[in-house]
Amino acid sequence: MNQIKTTLKLFAILMLLVGIIYPVAVTGLAQVFFPKEAGGSLLYDPDGKITGSAMIGQPFSDPKYFWSRPSATSGYPYNPLASGGSNLGPTNKDLIGQISNRTSLLNSYGIQTPVPSDLVEASASGLDPHISLQSAQVQIPRVARARNLTEQALNKLVLQHVEERQFGFLGEQRINVLKLNLALDSMK
Amino acid sequence: MPDMEILFDITGMLFLLVVLTLLVKPFGTYISNVYQGNRTILSPILMPLEGLINRAAGVKQDEEMDWEEYATTLLLFNGMGLIVLFLILLLQGILPLNPQGFPGFPLDLAFNTAVSFVTNTNWQAYSGESAASYLTQMSGLAVQNFLSAATGLCVAIAFIRGFTRHTSQTIGNFWKDMTKSVLYILLPISIIAALLLVSQGVIQNFDPYTNSSLLQPVQTSDGQTIVNQTLALGPVASQEAIKEFGTNGGGFFNANSAHPFENPTPLTNYLEILLILLIPFSLTYTFGRFSGNTRQGWALFTTMMMLFIVLLGVMYWSEYSGNPLVKPVASGSYLEGKEVRFGIGGSVLFAVSTTATSTGAVNAMHDSLTPIGGMVTMLLILLGEVVPGGVGSGLYTILAFAIIAVFIAGLMIGRTPEYLGKKIEVFEMWMSVLIVLTSGILVLIFVSVALVTYFGISSILNPGPHGLSEILYAFASVANNNGSAFAGLNANTLFYNLVTALAMLIGRFVPAVAALAMAGSLSKKKYIPPSIGTLPTHQVTFVLWLAVVILIVGALTFFPALSLGPVVEHMIMNAGQ
Repeated sequence: MNQIKTTLKLFAILMLLVGIIYPVAVTGLAQVFFPKEAGGSLLYDPDGKITGSAMIGQPFSDPKYFWSRPSATSGYPYNPLASGGSNLGPTNKDLIGQISNRTSLLNSYGIQTPVPSDLVEASASGLDPHISLQSAQVQIPRVARARNLTEQALNKLVLQHVEERQFGFLGEQRINVLKLNLALDSMK
Repeated sequence: MPDMEILFDITGMLFLLVVLTLLVKPFGTYISNVYQGNRTILSPILMPLEGLINRAAGVKQDEEMDWEEYATTLLLFNGMGLIVLFLILLLQGILPLNPQGFPGFPLDLAFNTAVSFVTNTNWQAYSGESAASYLTQMSGLAVQNFLSAATGLCVAIAFIRGFTRHTSQTIGNFWKDMTKSVLYILLPISIIAALLLVSQGVIQNFDPYTNSSLLQPVQTSDGQTIVNQTLALGPVASQEAIKEFGTNGGGFFNANSAHPFENPTPLTNYLEILLILLIPFSLTYTFGRFSGNTRQGWALFTTMMMLFIVLLGVMYWSEYSGNPLVKPVASGSYLEGKEVRFGIGGSVLFAVSTTATSTGAVNAMHDSLTPIGGMVTMLLILLGEVVPGGVGSGLYTILAFAIIAVFIAGLMIGRTPEYLGKKIEVFEMWMSVLIVLTSGILVLIFVSVALVTYFGISSILNPGPHGLSEILYAFASVANNNGSAFAGLNANTLFYNLVTALAMLIGRFVPAVAALAMAGSLSKKKYIPPSIGTLPTHQVTFVLWLAVVILIVGALTFFPALSLGPVVEHMIMNAGQ
């Protein structure tokens, strides 16, 4: 009986400690020291409206925008309520078909085969905010035509948005598509 | 420039493994000081709190338990956790901190999820952002992230005491070990790690899901126009830290550590990998310190690290080689189911770490890995979660392997089977076999059942040999308390919810109780000083021999199944079909 009582009491105390006090304390500290990051790195337009999160990608199909990676989320692409990948195996015919369809679409905009893999292969989260530098560069002619801008100007903008490997060696070089497109829209 | 790619990937991996190895000694020492009751750097703050908790719960200062008492208390504690979590999941609809108004989980899913988190598996048949309230996440699931990891630590420490105590009836006090595990080991580092994660962009708030306008509205498949993206939020960082550090692996979001809010940068990726590996590898040093000969600990460390690096190499080669079926049209790394910011190196290192430990968090979708890459993750799980395995469970499982290795070697060369001065007899062998073979037997039985029933195969997503891999992976994962999946398999069915829950329970508690029983038996024995007849267990020969035993048990048992799944698929892929 004593064994049950002590065990129950200890369980309740530890549950209170790690299940309430710990997350609330971390939230408090996070909100004090890193309020922007803790809140989701939200981006606002000049009117104060939320235009997205710097961490979460958005879907693009209009020729005048740089396109993100394919997303396999259900409902609509880049749906944060259904994060996840396609889960298609490497020999699945559906996967091969999807990749070939996406490649054809890029071909029709003048991007030649082989295309950069991240533009035709779906991400793990379905919310990947990034593409590779190469994937941005192959899209420059299309965006330039759609916006009547010079390729040089766009190339400069793209290079300004390159995020290098962290500390010079961790992870991959990449470009945040939403930030790039927001900058594109604000270009005069 | 593909060659540069390899160079960066290898640098990142080496960097992490060097940092990890450098931390093993200080952190392993810290852990042993905690359980031996020595003063540690955190004692001035934590000792008063520890005393307070012990008094409030009614734990007496010098009370010790024999193995039966230790085991029943452990089961009681975990049973309470199971019931409380089950109730929270069922009732979350009427509980507070549920801004999205999610209803309670259905019965079978609630049971499966509760079992999953209590057993340190974190198999997830639900999707966090569309089913679990903030209260469920932080006061239900994350509580078990702490307590299940602490349970593993308790068993490991009690098991070590079996070797270090002589002619003793007791193996420690579960309540005290539990409190120490949470207070001194899991909680402080989780707080620091959580804040580091937030600084990089992992979210930590209680805000309701937020609408943000899409720059370009999109059409859904049924023709609706979507102008807003609903961002799922929540107290993620606090859960992320312990999810990795306790080798739990249950994602706040469905995409787990691939989700940018869980793992936003390369730095967070490497930090999470380090958290995953730190306790399991450091415990080898703790073991060495306890047993009075740190070389015994380094021998286990070397065995683990050797297998880890070899399998890391194989998987990296496979993922780097990519998928020949899409190579002609898509240049660069094979990125289906992977994130750009991690690339091949960061994805492979994470995948190997999460399956080598019993974590099961993922930053890439394992279902979409290349066949050999996917096979490596499966093999790491099927080896029994020992290179280095889960928090605590990895240590007691590899020690069972070591005992079996000592026994077989003893039979072959005619030496007395003894390990660390304790004679290995029939009872120890029975318990070791139970620890080592329980999960394997579960996998073979349940995979067979699933493959011959409609309920089993109707959940498969990918056709052909890959479908077999999905089922094999699922049961390997639950029986070894890993929790990752070839996630194309639809696991939220009555059949899978019940059968995987059963496999998780047996796979967790049979080996744990067997380890405690063996600890009880060992601690009663006298110490036999090493003689000429003793097989040295801290030298290269033993390290290699132990690795061979692990490979024979794990790989040979599953050789036929792995051949029919990933190996056949690899051949099909390379034949261009």
